[in-house]
Amino acid sequence: MENWALLYETLKAQAVGGERLDFWQNFFVQFYQSFLLNDRWMQYLQGLGRTLEVTVMALVVGVILGVLVAVLRTAHDQQRPGRRNPVLGVVNVICKVYTTVIRGTPMMVQLLIMGLVIFSSSRNFALVGALTLGINSGAYVAEIVRSGLMSVEAGQMEAGRSLGMNYLTTMRFIVVPQAVKNILPALGNEFITLLKDTSLITVIGGKEMLYAAQAIYAKTYAPMFPLVGTAVMYLIVVILFTWLLGIFERRLRESDRR
Amino acid sequence: MIDVKDLHKRFGSNEVLKGITEHIDRGEKVVIIGPSGSGKSTFLRCLNLLEEPTQGQIIFNGTDITDPKTDINATRQKMGMVFQHFNLFNNLNILDNMTLAPVQLKLRSKEEAIQEAHELLQRVGLDDKAAAYPGQLSGGQKQRIAIVRALAMHPEVMLFDEPTSALDPEMVGEVLEVMRELAEEGMTMVVVTHEMGFAREVATRVLFMDGGVVAEQAPPEEFFSHPKHPRTQEFLSKVL
Repeated sequence: MENWALLYETLKAQAVGGERLDFWQNFFVQFYQSFLLNDRWMQYLQGLGRTLEVTVMALVVGVILGVLVAVLRTAHDQQRPGRRNPVLGVVNVICKVYTTVIRGTPMMVQLLIMGLVIFSSSRNFALVGALTLGINSGAYVAEIVRSGLMSVEAGQMEAGRSLGMNYLTTMRFIVVPQAVKNILPALGNEFITLLKDTSLITVIGGKEMLYAAQAIYAKTYAPMFPLVGTAVMYLIVVILFTWLLGIFERRLRESDRR
Repeated sequence: MIDVKDLHKRFGSNEVLKGITEHIDRGEKVVIIGPSGSGKSTFLRCLNLLEEPTQGQIIFNGTDITDPKTDINATRQKMGMVFQHFNLFNNLNILDNMTLAPVQLKLRSKEEAIQEAHELLQRVGLDDKAAAYPGQLSGGQKQRIAIVRALAMHPEVMLFDEPTSALDPEMVGEVLEVMRELAEEGMTMVVVTHEMGFAREVATRVLFMDGGVVAEQAPPEEFFSHPKHPRTQEFLSKVL
């Protein structure tokens, strides 16, 4: 490390003195500036930490909203004809408006509206960002969960009901576990999208990973290493996540053994 | 035990049941036959309200179950149902399939339910499958388990909706055998089926449905040897 710092200082002085650096020397200087100088790697890690925090918060909001909307809409659709619950009808319309508006407008616009209009007085950009991402993700999760609930054969619900279990008990023990298994790949995909979309909160000042990278290349005027480094970190997190998801999926597939 | 009064069921503009009035006594084995589309399955599914009747009443042990105030879940605990496509819970193993409802509904403790499930499985010769999942079993095995799963609720009546129609021919026998034993033990049974042999041997009464009404009914000997209604004669000449 000491030697690297020395080497950097030397090469930097040469460059400033008008001397041309060769490819590897230039590579080293940029790399050092982007990651090691002034312990800048700490900034990326802090950004990554914030990225993960925002992802988890958005995930929780998204899953809760999504499952809630999906179950309410499915319950509305599965009511016995002639016994429709008017409250559920109203809730269903609200849910439909929510998914339509969220899915029909760009994520970036939603973020700007939340950050600059609705919560314009808030300084907690990351929290506003997480909330926006969660609300956005919820609309997609709702449709994924709904498709999962509908993918379970009607006979499973009928069998549960014919044994005298009520709608919610049958949902909980029979339909939802089978639905989760069916939607896990789609849900994993949504979570990966969510993780990467956290980079958008930069536009409202959320200090996540991309924000750190931008701050660094604003000083060094060399965007390549900060950006590639950020990309690599996202990639590593996504690969890790995909791997974990694969393990989880295999465990859920246990009942498919033949 | 079950009193059906002027039962109608309409799906949109299609009237599937056009007024059925029927009485089923405790201990009876009623077999319902008829051409497809005649409303047999719909009638059966109305009995435990899996289909909501459009009009008419169903009275079970003195309670009108079509009344919205009736707790249909409590009624269904007393009415076991076996489906054409088995409908075992795919996410649970056989033992859990059988114990879930009795335990969740707090009818039995977990231990009691497990012990009883094993006894029932032994009865149909499938105790070695207790830890298996439905996907690992043959159709005949699944249907036998579906029957004992319903029995684990101690029902007063068992409804069978074409229990052998989805089975390979060589598996029909093992399922009918379980149903025959059940009949011998005195269980009240309502069976929709195409198995004429079963109807002849086990039924105390055969109902012939056609076009949403009960066209003819009689004890099996009489029904099969002297069918009166021309539609019954035509139907029997085709299937026998």
